Amino acid sequence: MNKFSWYDAASLDAAQKEVNATVSETLQPGTADDAVVYKAAGIDLLDLMKEGLSRPSKLVGIKNLPGLDKLAFDSEAGMMLGANLTLARMAENSAIKENYTALHQAASQTATPHVRNMATLGGNLAQRTRCWYFRAIEHHCFRKGSTTCFAHTGENENHAILGYGYCVSVHASSLATVLTAFDAMVEIRTAQQALKVVPMKDFFVLPTVDRTRETILEAGELIEKILLPAPGKNTLSHYLKTGSRKSQDWPMAEVAVVAELSGKKCRKATIVLGAAAPVPFVSEAAMDAIRDKVINESTATAAAKAAMQNAVPLSQNAYKITVFETLIKRALLELVA
Amino acid sequence: MPHGIPDYNLATVEREVPATEPPAWEVNDKLKVVGKRIKRTDALAKVTGTAVFTADVQLPGMLYGKMFRAGIPHAKIKSIDVSAAQNYPGVFAVHVLEEMIEGANPKSGEKSSRYPDIKYAGQPIAGLAAVSADVAEEAIRLIKVEYEALDFVVDLDEARKPGAPVVFATDVDQEASDGGEDIEQGLKSSGNVRGPSTRSFYGGPRGDLEKGFAEAELIIERTYRTQVQTHCPLETHGVVVDYNQGDVTVFASTQSTKNTRNDFAKAFGLPKSRVRVISEYTGGGFGAKHALGNFGVMAGHLSKISGRPVKLMLDRKEEHISAGNRPNSVQFMKLGAKKDGMLTALKQLSYGTAGVGLGAGVGRIAQAMYDCPNFKTGQYDVFTNAGPGAAFRAPGNVQGAFALEQLIDELAVELDMDPLALREKIDKSMIRKVERERGARRFGWTHKKAGSDKGPVKKGIGVAQAHWPRIVNLDSTVEVRVMRDGAVEVRSAVQDIGTGTKTVLAQVVAEELGLQTEDVTVLIGDTLFPIGPSSGGSIVTGAITPAARNAAYKMKQKLFELAAEKLETDAGNILLEAGTFALKNDAEKKISFKDLLRRMRVEQLTETASRSDDYGGFMVGTIGHGELGSVQFAEVSVDTETGFVQVERMVAAHSCGRPINIGQIESQINGGIIMGIAYALYEDRVIDKSTGHQLNPNIDQYKMPFSFEVPDIQIELIEDYGGRSSTDASGIGEPANIATAPAVANAIYNAIGVRIYDLPITPAKIIAALNNAKNKNDE
Repeated sequence: MNKFSWYDAASLDAAQKEVNATVSETLQPGTADDAVVYKAAGIDLLDLMKEGLSRPSKLVGIKNLPGLDKLAFDSEAGMMLGANLTLARMAENSAIKENYTALHQAASQTATPHVRNMATLGGNLAQRTRCWYFRAIEHHCFRKGSTTCFAHTGENENHAILGYGYCVSVHASSLATVLTAFDAMVEIRTAQQALKVVPMKDFFVLPTVDRTRETILEAGELIEKILLPAPGKNTLSHYLKTGSRKSQDWPMAEVAVVAELSGKKCRKATIVLGAAAPVPFVSEAAMDAIRDKVINESTATAAAKAAMQNAVPLSQNAYKITVFETLIKRALLELVA
Repeated sequence: MPHGIPDYNLATVEREVPATEPPAWEVNDKLKVVGKRIKRTDALAKVTGTAVFTADVQLPGMLYGKMFRAGIPHAKIKSIDVSAAQNYPGVFAVHVLEEMIEGANPKSGEKSSRYPDIKYAGQPIAGLAAVSADVAEEAIRLIKVEYEALDFVVDLDEARKPGAPVVFATDVDQEASDGGEDIEQGLKSSGNVRGPSTRSFYGGPRGDLEKGFAEAELIIERTYRTQVQTHCPLETHGVVVDYNQGDVTVFASTQSTKNTRNDFAKAFGLPKSRVRVISEYTGGGFGAKHALGNFGVMAGHLSKISGRPVKLMLDRKEEHISAGNRPNSVQFMKLGAKKDGMLTALKQLSYGTAGVGLGAGVGRIAQAMYDCPNFKTGQYDVFTNAGPGAAFRAPGNVQGAFALEQLIDELAVELDMDPLALREKIDKSMIRKVERERGARRFGWTHKKAGSDKGPVKKGIGVAQAHWPRIVNLDSTVEVRVMRDGAVEVRSAVQDIGTGTKTVLAQVVAEELGLQTEDVTVLIGDTLFPIGPSSGGSIVTGAITPAARNAAYKMKQKLFELAAEKLETDAGNILLEAGTFALKNDAEKKISFKDLLRRMRVEQLTETASRSDDYGGFMVGTIGHGELGSVQFAEVSVDTETGFVQVERMVAAHSCGRPINIGQIESQINGGIIMGIAYALYEDRVIDKSTGHQLNPNIDQYKMPFSFEVPDIQIELIEDYGGRSSTDASGIGEPANIATAPAVANAIYNAIGVRIYDLPITPAKIIAALNNAKNKNDE
């Protein structure tokens, strides 16, 4: 890790005045030596710094900013989640558990208890991909400014099967998968202290649009809060993930389903896949297939198959199709179990 | 001496015992301290953090060392510029390595350039020492190396092909490390392929393979693959060297104070008496910590140049890429059998890569485990541009067992036999017979047809066996001291790598002197003390505890003389029990241990004794049915729609001669099983074929088991007396690790009805295998 100076910001304004780069910008070749970036829990940033990928000159601590870790729920207005909420607090919150089941499930299954005690919601959403080529200093990959995606023809067992271009990385955040399914909004404070509110699905950026970043965040911009719409009547949700281990593992595949039911009939559903594509992948095909259907083994299977219709696996990850089909089917069936 | 297994065939055996050694102990039931669950003597120090590991050592004026490593996998070095690093503020010494002491080396010793050729990404080139770890890390970035890049190969199959880039242009050799897989010297190489090795200490080929296959009523041919596994000890490799003008002290995280001292003395042209190696605590060692290593040589030079102590601990990435690994393997197996299960022929052909090192044999477990009259093996080492392999917990045998024990399972399936019953028929080992019986009872083993569960999540059961030879090392000497205040002290250079060596030494001496474990202070891990064996090959307990008992026995004889004086009788009339010397025929005439010592005319008495040869002769030299065998049973559940595997339960039946400390043995077995599960399901070093760099040199993407992955482990420990030494004990570390992966693999087959032939058995492989099987059925 490089030498850096540390500034523990006492206010949002003060923090924003200091910062001049996004972490993603520091990963690109030719970054200026004087990059100043935010650090919340630092779970992702410190990994990148230890590997030597990011070498900022100054970190601005935002973990202690007042008011950023609030959580509020109103059955009419919905849920407000401050960006500095830890995953542990989200996992133990009863309003989340009761009204946004899938979010509770994802928050409580991510990483380890130690990490969940530190990691923040904002940091989780802004983290970079876990693609092992991207994470390794020895591999100057497409996302870090070269012309080569090593995973495209290399070790790609953990990589994308849907919605990718040349870069085949998958998004790392399970919370992103779930919040996308809930149609959450991201409230961003711009560098000019203005507020900008965008739907979660517009918050993430595909590498085909801009390979150097994964979110729309610009230097100095900060996620302030996440807003979830009020839970709809008869709306249920479920989240499933699987990996090779039960303890602390990045998902091999994950699915979040939010559905409005009438009895066992699905009025409409949002089905989002994680670890499938470079951003949380909203499966319109699956949603179309299950809409207005009674959820049962055969309709759930049909929706799962539909979701994988356009999947194009890489050399080592065809297995993901089977796994996603299983998770989509099981998540739908869980709603009516 | 007691001989055999209690409740089965316990008898007595006559042995010739050297005059200075004690008479036999009775079986454990009759002993007071040995064979019991005794808390580790250093438990408190470890959990409270007062135990000082090498990583904790701080010396006045100490500098921090760091290595510069090759950024490409195969190259000649054209130039090295260290000037900017040398001039960086806070840097005290810079050194460029002149040779590599790890891995294989050309016999000729001739060098094509000033610097060693780069043969793997991450090979150390240079190093420096600075005032802090941060400064060292900044300065190391300033070293500039100009390479002439060469073609490279990192894949086992690619490296075997004609025309593959060649790692070593001439024949090479390498000494096996203590407890490491055999390395047959003098074999020729062709391209990257060296061998075959066809002989071992079990002998060479036996019988007539062709005849054996001709007699067979059933022939099975299968290919098995195992992956590269890295050691991942909690404490990485490292040293603190204080060169001190040639009066050297080395603190080392090592499995061998002896080897570390010898390597250092050799590297620096010093007499062994000028090098002191200390390893009071070592944070884990699984076979890769037997030598000084390039990093140790580097730290020595940096300390010599700077005149200050230098600490050099590898980071986790360096540990993965350069500090040793279990070589992978591809094993072509051909088995012939009669319809009743009797084996007629077994042929094994294997290739494996230890990167730039040797030692990728598969352990001869196929040669030694079963009764098969016709056998032949050919084992090849294949060189690749990857970090050197090292001994790793039952080197070779873990790979070999994965193939052999699945092959036997497949034979059972073909014959429609219970795999346990088949083994009963073809395995002559008495100890494994007992282990099968006791293990099966504990497990509740009933043969189950493969893939017979309904629903997507299926349960399966599997069994596999292990073979490990009993090895002894005579570099095993212990000094016992008693002092006037009653203190009893045990000293030896042997190290405790976390297995509990300190505690077993205290137990053995306490038993002999009629004391309790806590009455005995154990000081070990320092070459100033009498020599101790390396912690490898599951040698230590069997090697060092007899020496400790022999020394304590000699001390006891001395104390009997003293007590005889005080009690006015002959030494032969005295008993020592529960801390008291008393007359055999008059218990009222007595003196306590402490009182007797208080009345000594001198401040301290000292006795030293060594391990002698086995009373009955060494095990090796015959085709051994491994005395340290084990039988393990696994129950798994497999989600056939996600490929997720959970090992639910393991029953492990083990023996290790006379057990000394039950809790510690169980702890070793638990560790062996967890490591075996990791090998079966998770761990896999992945190197990119196009760049030669490891993609998962961490413990995030290199997957180790954590708490949810640990099954319910039940242990059946069997006492197995052999009358071989004054303690008749053996080690357990390695046998615990051999049978687990094939037991799990057989259980997975039993669950899903499809066999996976390569490790690790990941969800991806399970899904692929099930989809293949389904497609075949559909056709």
